[in-house]
Amino acid sequence: MKFLCLICAEKVMEQMPEADAEKHFEEYREFTKEIRRSGHFIGCNRLLPPRAATTVRVRQGKASTTDGPYAETKEQLGGYYVIEARDLDEAIQVASRIPGAWIGCVEVRPIAEDE
Amino acid sequence: MSEDQAARAREMADAIYRAESRRVFATLVRLLGDFDLAEEALHDAFRAALEQWPRDGVPANPRAWLVSAGRFKAINGIRRRARFVAIEDVAEQVDAVADDTPPWDGEGIEDDRLRLVFTCCHPALPPDAQVALTLREVCGLTTEEIAQAFLSAAPTLAQRIVRAKAKIRDARIPYQVPTPAELPQRLDSVLRVVYLVFNEGYSASSGQSVTRLDLSGEAIRLGRLLVELLPEPEAIGLLALMLLQESRRAARTSPAGELVLLADQDRSLWNRDQITAGSALVERALASRRFGPYTLQAAIAAVHAEAASADATDWGQIVGLYDVLLRADPSPVVELNRAVAVAMRDGPAAGLVLIDAILARGDLQDYHLAHAAQADLCRRLGRTVQARAAYERAIALTRQEPERRFLERRLSELSD
Repeated sequence: MKFLCLICAEKVMEQMPEADAEKHFEEYREFTKEIRRSGHFIGCNRLLPPRAATTVRVRQGKASTTDGPYAETKEQLGGYYVIEARDLDEAIQVASRIPGAWIGCVEVRPIAEDE
Repeated sequence: MSEDQAARAREMADAIYRAESRRVFATLVRLLGDFDLAEEALHDAFRAALEQWPRDGVPANPRAWLVSAGRFKAINGIRRRARFVAIEDVAEQVDAVADDTPPWDGEGIEDDRLRLVFTCCHPALPPDAQVALTLREVCGLTTEEIAQAFLSAAPTLAQRIVRAKAKIRDARIPYQVPTPAELPQRLDSVLRVVYLVFNEGYSASSGQSVTRLDLSGEAIRLGRLLVELLPEPEAIGLLALMLLQESRRAARTSPAGELVLLADQDRSLWNRDQITAGSALVERALASRRFGPYTLQAAIAAVHAEAASADATDWGQIVGLYDVLLRADPSPVVELNRAVAVAMRDGPAAGLVLIDAILARGDLQDYHLAHAAQADLCRRLGRTVQARAAYERAIALTRQEPERRFLERRLSELSD
């Protein structure tokens, strides 16, 4: 079963001092290598900060575009992993090793198995 | 078969239902991979037993018979529904049920009950849903019984249970006993649920309604089940704590329903069997040297239980146990209890200094027992004005009727 692990934190890498960001990035490289080896890895991406986000809505056939993410919260979406896990316990076990979980948090969402 | 034998078979089916239905259910959840399917299969199996046993006799292993019958009925049910859904889906579902399940040999049934406990108490479920689900699925209480016990509406509770089951299915919460690495955290979650159930019954025992279900009794049964299946020190400690607290139930309230403090309780009303069992469990948990907060609280309760009178209480030992507890599980409430024990050992002035410090720090400002303890020590020191103010704060904060009456009595007894 596939799970999406959404990484949320108050600070994304762009907002960290360079040395911290570099160290954090290295931790991610290491983690990603590990879960590729263990077969849990399906995909991942780091996201640019929310200031680069645009929200699009279409109402009555008209698209409106606004600046920023769709939800204003202190915690920002910084990146995600898509993983393969047998069940929630295995997914939690993998998610708890995501470096972002140590400073922020990770939302683990099952991905629907639609055709 | 004679009428007599048939009646006996029916009686036996009833008795087996009461004793075994939850075990059979736990195994059916594993075999069928779904709570609702398992519940349905359980009822089908017992219906079949009531038809067949009076006619053919009670099988040698009724539990195994029920599991097989339930599984068979479930597979048939899936096939029957085939008329309404795409045929590949059914084939897949039947395969899933029939395949990965080797012929049932009666082994591992205890593991199934433990799986059920851990799944119902999974930390990925909301805490109130963990409690409701455990009482429903592990203890076999009806939704109406649980709703009544928690003074909540049955539809609300039913919805909570339905949502929890949906999350178990959708997020694939597994039906398994956690690995040793996960066990400490997961066991915490289970013990918290059991203790919540116990406390709900314990503090409500003085409540208005006599028809309320005995939640403390259910919690103790759950605690026993845990100790039997997974004798971890803290599971043993929690069972000990519950037994020792429960042992004082008869002495905790006067015939008129008034609260009686530990020091004023008629100790001949304490349940000796529960004290003996509780104290033995405390010893066992302490001997493991891997004990935690539940065991320490039980050890404190055991010191109280073993004292022939309030005056004979070994307060030195109690303070010492609170010191250890404070290190293991620091909290302002534990600090407050320790302060009360210090007051008993060294006199009210020594305890009051500690309580004043806790309150001055801003902790426990809204906790009525902190003000009640402060009031009591002031009263014993003859500081009537301060005692009165503290009693009034405590009364304003308490939400339990017998406690409020008790505090008001104390307040009115203060000399002017």
